[in-house]
Amino acid sequence: MTTTMTKPPADAAPDPSRKGRGRRGSKSSRAGGHLHAGPIAYIILALFTIGSLFPLVWTAIAASRDNQRLAQTPPPFWFGGNLFDKLEIAWNDANLGEAFLNTTIVAGISAFTIVFLSTIAGFAFAKLRFRGRNALMLIVIGTMMVPPQLSIIPLYMMVAKLDWSDQLQAVILPSLVNAFGVFFMRQYLLQALPDEIIEAARVDGASSWRVVWHVVFPAARPAMAVLGMLMFVQSWNDFLWPFLVLTQNGSPTVQVALAGLGRGYTPDQSLIMAGALLGTLPLLLVFAIFGKQIVGGIMQGAVKG
Amino acid sequence: MTTRHDTAASPVKGGAAPGRPPGGRGAAEADRKRAKLSRRWQRDIRWSPYAFVSPFFLLFVAFGLFPLIYTGWASLHTVELTAPTDMKWTGLDNYTRIFDDDFFWNAAKNTLWIGIISTVPQLLMAMGLAHILNYKLRASTFYRVVMLAPYATSIAAASLVFVLLFGRDYGMINWVLDLVGLDKIDWQNGSWASKFAVSSIVIWRWTGYNALIYLAAMQAIPQDLYESAALDGASRWRQFIHVTLPSLRPTILFTVVVSTIGASQVFGEPLLFDANKGASGGSQHQFQTLGLYLYEQGWVNQHLGRASAIAWAMFLILIVIGILNAVISRRLRASS
Repeated sequence: MTTTMTKPPADAAPDPSRKGRGRRGSKSSRAGGHLHAGPIAYIILALFTIGSLFPLVWTAIAASRDNQRLAQTPPPFWFGGNLFDKLEIAWNDANLGEAFLNTTIVAGISAFTIVFLSTIAGFAFAKLRFRGRNALMLIVIGTMMVPPQLSIIPLYMMVAKLDWSDQLQAVILPSLVNAFGVFFMRQYLLQALPDEIIEAARVDGASSWRVVWHVVFPAARPAMAVLGMLMFVQSWNDFLWPFLVLTQNGSPTVQVALAGLGRGYTPDQSLIMAGALLGTLPLLLVFAIFGKQIVGGIMQGAVKG
Repeated sequence: MTTRHDTAASPVKGGAAPGRPPGGRGAAEADRKRAKLSRRWQRDIRWSPYAFVSPFFLLFVAFGLFPLIYTGWASLHTVELTAPTDMKWTGLDNYTRIFDDDFFWNAAKNTLWIGIISTVPQLLMAMGLAHILNYKLRASTFYRVVMLAPYATSIAAASLVFVLLFGRDYGMINWVLDLVGLDKIDWQNGSWASKFAVSSIVIWRWTGYNALIYLAAMQAIPQDLYESAALDGASRWRQFIHVTLPSLRPTILFTVVVSTIGASQVFGEPLLFDANKGASGGSQHQFQTLGLYLYEQGWVNQHLGRASAIAWAMFLILIVIGILNAVISRRLRASS
């Protein structure tokens, strides 16, 4: 099913900037792709790999040591024996169980809704003709330029007025404004959904909504999955707004709970690292499993960006 | 699904009319039915695109545009955090207040410097990295996923780890400096050292992501451009300068705009870099950004009106930067 739908039909307009699928096959024809990397390239890549992973590995090392060991030189380079004890204490101390549940709810609802709304809007912008389409699309792109930080004060007033502080909808609702998703789905549907299929469904008498349900959603599924993961990650890691409206002892998200761990005048560093590790692990796991798809999605969304 | 595709594949000519009239009935009834279907059809074609895009715009108006404008309104009032709905008109007082405040200009300067220190090396490294990733590589997917691991790490988690790595007495980085015979650096209290340390968190999290974006753009460059350049005897370096970079210009502009907006928003990294100083951004405010200053005025000093004025000042600064950006890129385009 997925395989048949992801492949854009051969008669779709050829787009030179299209990629993602079939990258492996056509790579040799790409710029620079015909050249094999020399040893220097591999050395640089190795350095970047170490640089990317070292802070994460060291988080685990620090979490497995006790606090006294972290206050000595040289710093530890290998795991100690306390990892699971520390993880358990951090889990309980920082209220991480509830934080995980809250964050999963927030990120899940937010990602699901954004994907749904972005797909129908992206479809309209990519494939339907209507007055003001280009102007509206420009507005969508324009909204990406407005930093969310500029809106937090009235949003905070709204939350106060509605008595929503420490309630998850206060975090979910503002996060649903997402121009990137609309743009991303539009770019994908432009090339992945041939007009002929839509026309054929129309001829069969399908309403627009039926076209969305039976043609667009199946065709967009791979992009929807990638967008869903990207939005989940973004929502999971969102900091400023949850930090303002959720409190550590109320109903924190993981990031709010982590920020609380760092405070205090004699913070237990290894406990903080254990918390940071716990808060990061779920996403690292997602990236380890779906990394290839996420990379493909980011690269696909980037073209023509 | 497959069957739908099969029917879709068969070409239907002159098929603008929806709803096939049922055969074998009275012509008048069929006509009526067709007319009714056709009206509904017209309505559907005409209005459903708006229905599909409207949720985005409704949400944007409610949670983006309205708050943005209301921030401007609130910036002309005295509003206390403890009673956010109780607003007293003060005119431009909030603006004169913050423009007279040295900490505002300090925060603006810090934001600018942290923005430059974090964005410029980040994008240069991302470009180099993308160039390498564009070679034929063994395990190329592995590198791409690994580069994205920092992006999966939250600001909070990354900042907490970097605080430890940058620790003055027992931090890994000072230990290495000591090892190679250099002086230890007080990363939290040094004016430039702290800006560099805060920027390094941003650089670490975003370099790989930007590299992937550049890589995507590089792979979209048609190969024959390189071939003809090679025929003209251009070296690989000259090919990079004269083929790769010009083709990447829109992408570079895009990443610069996104990074600039991101840099103007830096908040979590400096907040957590010295968790006990919190919103002041270090003992001397040495790494207090505008985002942090806004938070300090609004939520620590509890002046939401003043915080709104800061938000609008930031907005105006961004617009000026945006215009500058557009002018510069137009100049560049005209000159080439």
